[in-house]
Amino acid sequence: MLDFPLWKKLSLWAVTLAAALLALPSLAGVAGLPWPAALPNPQVNLGLDLAGGSHLLLEAKADDVRAQRLDNMEESVRQLMRNASPRIRIGDVSTADGKLSFMLENAADSDRARGLIEPAMQGATTVREWELQVVDGQRIVLSQTEAGVEQAIDDAMDSATEVVRRRIDELGTREPTIIRQGDTRIVVQVPGLQDPDGLKQLLGQTAQLEFKLVDLNALPSNVAAGIAPAGSEIFPFAPGTPGEGQFLAVRRLGGIRGENLTGAQAGVDPQNNRNVVNIAFDAQGGAKFAKLTTENVGKPFAIILDGQVLSAPNIESAIVGGRAQISGSFTPESANQLAIALRSGALPVPLAVVEERTVGPDLGADSIRKGLLAMGIGSLAVIVLMIATYGRFGVYATTALVLNVLMLLGLMALGGFTLTLPGIAGFVITIGAAVDANVLINERIREERSRGRKVVSAVETGYKEASRAIWDANLTNVISGVALFAFGSGPVKGFAVVLVIGIVTSVFTGVTLTRMFVAGWLRKARPNDITI
Amino acid sequence: MKLLKLVPDNTNIKFLRLRVPFFVLSLVLIFGSWAAVAVNGLNFGVDFAGGQEVRMTFTQNKTAPIASLRELVGGLGYGEPVVQEFGAPNQVSIRVALPEGTENTPGAATAIGDKVIATVTAAYPDARKDGNDTVSGKVAGEFRNQAIIALAAAMAAVAAYIWIRFEWQFGAGAMFALVHDVSVTVGLFAITQMEFSLQIVAAILAIIGYSLNDTIVVYDRIRENLKKFRKMPLPELLDLSVNETLARTIMTSLTLFVALIPLLFFGPESLFGMVAAITVGLFIGTYSSIYMAGALLIWMGVTSNSFVPTETATDRQEKLARGDG
Repeated sequence: MLDFPLWKKLSLWAVTLAAALLALPSLAGVAGLPWPAALPNPQVNLGLDLAGGSHLLLEAKADDVRAQRLDNMEESVRQLMRNASPRIRIGDVSTADGKLSFMLENAADSDRARGLIEPAMQGATTVREWELQVVDGQRIVLSQTEAGVEQAIDDAMDSATEVVRRRIDELGTREPTIIRQGDTRIVVQVPGLQDPDGLKQLLGQTAQLEFKLVDLNALPSNVAAGIAPAGSEIFPFAPGTPGEGQFLAVRRLGGIRGENLTGAQAGVDPQNNRNVVNIAFDAQGGAKFAKLTTENVGKPFAIILDGQVLSAPNIESAIVGGRAQISGSFTPESANQLAIALRSGALPVPLAVVEERTVGPDLGADSIRKGLLAMGIGSLAVIVLMIATYGRFGVYATTALVLNVLMLLGLMALGGFTLTLPGIAGFVITIGAAVDANVLINERIREERSRGRKVVSAVETGYKEASRAIWDANLTNVISGVALFAFGSGPVKGFAVVLVIGIVTSVFTGVTLTRMFVAGWLRKARPNDITI
Repeated sequence: MKLLKLVPDNTNIKFLRLRVPFFVLSLVLIFGSWAAVAVNGLNFGVDFAGGQEVRMTFTQNKTAPIASLRELVGGLGYGEPVVQEFGAPNQVSIRVALPEGTENTPGAATAIGDKVIATVTAAYPDARKDGNDTVSGKVAGEFRNQAIIALAAAMAAVAAYIWIRFEWQFGAGAMFALVHDVSVTVGLFAITQMEFSLQIVAAILAIIGYSLNDTIVVYDRIRENLKKFRKMPLPELLDLSVNETLARTIMTSLTLFVALIPLLFFGPESLFGMVAAITVGLFIGTYSSIYMAGALLIWMGVTSNSFVPTETATDRQEKLARGDG
């Protein structure tokens, strides 16, 4: 038990010092000392609650994905029926209850319609995305399968995460973390960002740009009352535009979406000094835009952004160059923001901020300073108490304690773990609880000595008999640590990480290292009696 | 050198003679805590209630205009805000709960937060935002569910571990001690109306791990003594075990206590509630280790045979085969 061959001693010291040395760069960082560039520089990451920064949890409105898929399906079905030869006439189209249903004017077309629609029901994967039913021989009902919707939401979230990343990169913020979480959420963490308003506005903008023809047949009184004519839909004008407070009816289908853009730049219209956003389509988008404008010269079309009409100019002439200018009631900032949003692509699904946590850098620095001060006083108190109670054995225990704190910090730096504000409490708990093992061992040695055991035998028995309870106590701590890790959001996870790594290092330093210290002393001094 | 001895040698306190009054006291504490939660409710922070909380410093003032802030933010129509000094006299925290009917609106909390911050900074140009939290109703509901599941799972897992390592009576005793420690800590938050947040749940989870450390030390000694003194009456044996380990129980709690106290008084304000919860849990845990964990064993019928392996049919056959059965 007390036999430590040289190789064992050397390897224990090697492990201890290696882990403890890893803590030095972080300590130098906290103290504001320079760290030589030539040396490895593993740093403990500071959580946003210590370093300052913003944490945003974004949630997608999954219902919008269902609605959009339905719209897309309606558009493809109409096109397929129109282009069929001979043309299949349909009527009474409805998208109520999340289902697309329509009547065939001629029941005999049923098989032909089904043959045309079925290929359009299949997505990129083998997942069955739609169900087709023929009711009463003449009505076709297409409903979305849950698997299909899930697949669509999953795809939408993947590309939304990409879009969010591109937008944040455009803002030039440093080291953002953008992670998909669960089915419909994205976590965004931006260190150092104290005022996330700009970021929130940018991410809150879906940037779904649409060009749709104005429905000139709609009765103004109906439009004002919000009643859309068949095949049309009604949008409000955006706040700040000349038409604010009014509504506009546009043709639901046949427009184009601003998803084929190659560029978007904020600028100023030289003719009237207004802020505008210039956009450029790619070849496909340019061709569609050219077709739309060529076929509708003289008619007005609406430029719609996220469900609000920016303007509804007349098409003066066909626009074939693939370039267009969007004017609304922009400020230079909002024009720039829209340009960024358009450049980075539209979000396939609107996102809402469901949790936001921002900490200013001053508050974080203050927490670190106060935390370190408290940790220092606490450590000192533990050291005094241990040495006063166990003398030499207390010195061994507190030496192990200091090494324990260094190893814990070093391993956190090595593993890339994050130190959070509750993590500071975790450090203090570890300091107070790490010496528990030594208390148990030393008390047992005391007990064995008072029962008359010889020194070496008492020490051996002390380590052996105490280890059972040490083991059980630490395992229950690990169990609660795991529960903490599974439960927590970021800061609480940081607490769990410190506790669990601290349990491992404290068993190592408190049991193994102190045993080596004690064994070394016993071997050298060969005491007949010990003060404990 | 004369070393410190917190507990004199051969201490022999008859702890278990008072087991009935103390058990009654524990039951009173447990049910009293539940009653406090039922009557007062917990003062849920934004984590669990949803809404927004912002911390601000008034850089050009010695004290924050708390009364007028209350009026200003209260006038926004989101209900009565909680405005408190936080850290220094010129620092405040302003908390606004989610108004009725917005629990399921995803962006509502953030919108309220932005509005509150804009209103205050417009009225007080020297107000600096130090930090803010907004949590929507749905996320807050998820935090509530997660907290309950994590607490229940941690308690069950720890008790199950004790059961496996010792005997079922010890597992049940540990479970009772845990329910006791967690209830009293939560009860204290109901009585003081200190803010109950994610951090407090984290503290309670830590208590679940640490408050049993002392219990385990006592149990370990009880097991050892049960094997050693086969004829000793159980109450006497339990008293002996508690007394023999008393120095440990007190010393391990004391080291943690002296480490935590500076953090409580000099540490970051945002950690106060969490550290207070852990400190209280530590005291309660020490008490339940000394009193409850042992007393329950008597009533659940632990005997000196509990740790003697019972002879199985296979053992019997082996013995017979060896010819010594």
